[in-house]
Amino acid sequence: MAHDHNVNPNAPLEYQSETGRLNITGFWTFLGAEIALFSTLFASYFALQARVGDGPTSNEMFEAGLVMIMTMLLLTSSFTCGIAIHEMRANNKKGVIIWMIITLILGAGFIGYELYEFVHYVHEGVTLSTSAHWSMFFILLGTHGLHVSIGIGWIILLLIQLARRGLTPKTASKVFISSLYWHFLDVVWIFIFTCVYLMGMVN
Amino acid sequence: MLKKLKPLSLLLFLALPLMLAGCSTPEVLDPKGPVASQQSDLIILSIIFMLTIVAVVFVLLTIILVKYRERKDHDKYSPELHGSMLLETIWTIIPIIIVVILAIPTVRTIYNLEEAPEAKTAEAANEDPLVIEATSINWKWVFTYPEEDIETVNYLHIPIHRPVEFKLTSADNMAALWIPSLGGQKYAMSGMQTTLFLQADEAGEYNGRNANFTGEGFNEQRFVVYAEEEEDYGQWVEEVQDSAPELTQYEYDELLIPGVYEEGTAEFNGTHLQWIDHSKDAEYTLEAWERLGYEPKNPHAKDKSQNILPEDEIPYYQQDNTVDYSDENMDHENMGNEEHASHE
Amino acid sequence: MDLKWNEFIITGDPLILGAQISILLGSIAVVAALTYFKKWTWLWKEWLTSVDHKKLGIMYILSALLMLFRGGIDGLMIRTQLAKPGMEFLDPQHYNEVFSTHGVIMILFMAMPFLIGLINYIVPLQIGARDVAFPYLNNLSFWTFFVGMALFNISFIIGGSPDAGWTAYTPLATNEFSPGPGQNYYLLAIQIAGIGTLMTGINFFVTILKMRTKGMTLMKMSMFTWTTLITMLIIIFAFPVLTVALALQTFDRLFGSVIFTLQGDGNPMLWVNLFWVWGHPEVYIVILPAFGIFSEIISTFARKQLFAYKAMVVSIVTISVLSFLVWVHHFFTMGNSAEANSFFSITTMAISIPTGVKIFNWLFTMYRGRISFTTPMLWALAFIPNFVIGGVTGVMLAMAAADYQYHNTYFLVSHFHYVLISGTVFACFAGLIYWYPKMFGHKLNEKIGKWAFWIFIIGFNVCFFPQYFLGLDGMPRRISTYTEADGWTGLNFISTIGAFMMGLAFLIFVVNIVYSWRFSPREKTGDAWGLGRNLEWATSSSIPPHYNFAVLPEVTGLDPYWDMKEKGLDQQKNVDYKPIHMPNNAATPIIMSVIMGAAAFGLVFHWYWIGIVGGIGIFITMIARSFDYNDGYYVSVEEIKETEAKANK
Repeated sequence: MAHDHNVNPNAPLEYQSETGRLNITGFWTFLGAEIALFSTLFASYFALQARVGDGPTSNEMFEAGLVMIMTMLLLTSSFTCGIAIHEMRANNKKGVIIWMIITLILGAGFIGYELYEFVHYVHEGVTLSTSAHWSMFFILLGTHGLHVSIGIGWIILLLIQLARRGLTPKTASKVFISSLYWHFLDVVWIFIFTCVYLMGMVN
Repeated sequence: MLKKLKPLSLLLFLALPLMLAGCSTPEVLDPKGPVASQQSDLIILSIIFMLTIVAVVFVLLTIILVKYRERKDHDKYSPELHGSMLLETIWTIIPIIIVVILAIPTVRTIYNLEEAPEAKTAEAANEDPLVIEATSINWKWVFTYPEEDIETVNYLHIPIHRPVEFKLTSADNMAALWIPSLGGQKYAMSGMQTTLFLQADEAGEYNGRNANFTGEGFNEQRFVVYAEEEEDYGQWVEEVQDSAPELTQYEYDELLIPGVYEEGTAEFNGTHLQWIDHSKDAEYTLEAWERLGYEPKNPHAKDKSQNILPEDEIPYYQQDNTVDYSDENMDHENMGNEEHASHE
Repeated sequence: MDLKWNEFIITGDPLILGAQISILLGSIAVVAALTYFKKWTWLWKEWLTSVDHKKLGIMYILSALLMLFRGGIDGLMIRTQLAKPGMEFLDPQHYNEVFSTHGVIMILFMAMPFLIGLINYIVPLQIGARDVAFPYLNNLSFWTFFVGMALFNISFIIGGSPDAGWTAYTPLATNEFSPGPGQNYYLLAIQIAGIGTLMTGINFFVTILKMRTKGMTLMKMSMFTWTTLITMLIIIFAFPVLTVALALQTFDRLFGSVIFTLQGDGNPMLWVNLFWVWGHPEVYIVILPAFGIFSEIISTFARKQLFAYKAMVVSIVTISVLSFLVWVHHFFTMGNSAEANSFFSITTMAISIPTGVKIFNWLFTMYRGRISFTTPMLWALAFIPNFVIGGVTGVMLAMAAADYQYHNTYFLVSHFHYVLISGTVFACFAGLIYWYPKMFGHKLNEKIGKWAFWIFIIGFNVCFFPQYFLGLDGMPRRISTYTEADGWTGLNFISTIGAFMMGLAFLIFVVNIVYSWRFSPREKTGDAWGLGRNLEWATSSSIPPHYNFAVLPEVTGLDPYWDMKEKGLDQQKNVDYKPIHMPNNAATPIIMSVIMGAAAFGLVFHWYWIGIVGGIGIFITMIARSFDYNDGYYVSVEEIKETEAKANK
């Protein structure tokens, strides 16, 4: 890129090159757009929440135990992801890789449970076509789940690169950005947990 | 160059009153009832303000272009001038004042139009508004007089000097009922009801139509309003009640198949409300299609023919399907969005 | 979908057949010419895979001009059909397709890419940068836009165009009322192009925030850069709403969800809300950069600094905030509560306040100036009175109680054409003519340009001014014909004459491009008009070298280049050059976008397996990109010296 290649050795690794800095700012901006995206999905979900038609309501379907496990998995993965970045600051490549793999396993567990939940609902006869409410439920959660799945695939690619190239300003900024993404998805899940599951079970 | 620009702007400015004078009064500015006349007053008020603003800008622009165009002696050139607290304050405050002046009558009229227009005569004051349920179907209008228990297609009669409360709904697409001479439009949507108050003060025939695009037959979704003296209106109602055929469910369901109403207009005894209130059940039309064997087809399909089953081949119509929609337990949901709550 | 093979290609309409033949012949001619002149490699290396913001800008503008032609033909077809009562030039179905594509193309595939093209070319120069923050992404943005555009445009020859209006209101746009592939094209083509726009938004937002040259604080940026910054911010927050809305309708049409449908307790009004939550900010996305362009041009040719710079900045920020608070005014008639309608009436009218401030500031920029009437200046000057007419009728429409009478009529049609044409289209013409020497090294002929200008301006007013009266006389929009008894014949006929005048002006404009390419004198300096004020004119040669500036300029105030000229500085001369780092070309974006287009094309016809294969293809290209550690290259000092020495000789 037509950017200054002066490296600032005093900054954290991911901020040392200008490309790294730009990418991080760019990614924060992207997360702004993602907030708008999920806000729209949430708004649509709220607008359709009561429109269950002939289908069941949320509290007839939701199971608290399953959701608690999913929430714990994702929250823990955010924590382990944070440790991985901490290891990166300490310049410990092995630590980064180990903690990121733990993060990924937790994320995969989350996706597994989500798939189980969806399949379970379909078996119970609740599908995308059941009612406006359930259409929005599957699309909102599906969008989040798709994000997590893409995140898993992406981080795997980054770990391969990290293993091959070691911790450089470039790989570091990539890993750092993926961690921002991961934390963001965790925050979105907290909103889903509160607005979809908790409120759905209370109503 | 400038010589060309100046007459153009003048021409534009002059064109407005000229066009107003040259053509006959546009329908919207020739109101035939209290709703349309409130709107027309508001429109004329705004036009006066807007013409003033346009005049100020045009004059200012012309003066500036003439005075500061490039020429040999440019002693007036002051490139250092690029701000003035006083001027900027003036042209911030004046628009604010104009917006406030226009907002007050706007808001007042918005609230007025939510209510039935005030009765002008003593006898009209004792009467409730005439309730007409207007249902848009691709591409016709069905008008239901629940009190009188009659139904018309693509025309309606109303008494003058008495407010009419249109309860709007749609069997399928989002449409808008609009009778420009009597007042502005409102959307008719399936699964919900909206209310539009209108009133005619002069007897006559007025054009009405669906103003909101609904597809291929949209052009033809028009109707005529016959506004007449109370006695004439009463006579018409009786006539329909005496002579119009009974509406059957099969006949009504046939109306739900998209198409222009070939017969033009029709009237029936009895209303479709005995089987369906579209404001409470949005799916009915699609169910009727299925019963009758109608299938939506690609507009570019080579074969667009439909195979509609006759009444005696459909067991559904051999039974009594009357539904009582008066039951408030069926209370249909508000549309999930407070702003669009239907008006009961 | 049970689409029969003989329905795949649209046949039986002479107009469409004509278009099919001309497209076929045109494509053959282009391919033949490229092969004959052995230009394929050149096209691939110099243009298609280029990450140079200037080349991408030009490609955007060329696409936009092509779409202006296509959308313009649609417009002329609409006007021909309406010229007289009972015309049978287009049947209702065809008419519906034509006005639907006219709307989509003009807004999304003409106005936006035209402005984004100008932004691409000019903004990095104005902030004294060598490229954008993410050059690779910039190329990808262009290709997703281009593929989306191509997908949308093939709809009328393959499968049929969308016919539910550019607003695609549900339930009209659901499977039951819009069967056939048309609406799928709308959803998928706009989705793909929209992703590109969002990436442009992020790219330029970061570029302007992070890559300004030394000394250029936010309050020293040119007005065009400011409007771009704010526009990009609007894009970042508005386009995801469109993404979601389109995705939800796509799910309804392709995967059986029941969100906007009559079945399953769906809510069609949710689409209307989502569409306009995006749609209204979208209007400002295409108008704010136009304001920026006019600010540049008026200040340049009045030879004065922009009047009340700070107030201008505050105005655009205010407008951008208000733009998210007015969407309900697009459906005052939907039975909203009186409170809601009053609130949105007032917020809408409030937009006229900052806009009015801007109009007066432009007027007073010229006050005590020395105005030269060049063609770009004429377009900018014509903008003021015409936009004021569009603006005041906008205030009239904002008055909800009166809007019940204007809504869905030609009054509205006239209003938005007045603001969008005199705002955006005039700005596109003005900006293109103004920056033309920067892009191509020569000016457009002024004399021919003025002919085009006057014919367009007069045609524009002849076309749209009568439509205000048609609206007040009860003529609804989107009707395909009317009767003699409606009394709209005369004004409609006048309106059609005006439309053809605009068409003629466009042709003259194109002739001017060809004529000027042959005969216009080549520019000798970077400052073609001799009056340049901002850094885009500070380059050493008329067309900037691919690295833009051999030495990044330093800025001390507003209108930095004007300042340098006053002080007699030339920052590009007699300095020690250093090697310049530049990004490499990229081939993955075009490949990825084409795969995306193919996948979407499959989905249009419910061929899900193509969608799945395409999805996998997209992931493979993304993985390839992730492993690409190509860091670009350095332009050597010798090459810089050579380039700079050759500048304008």
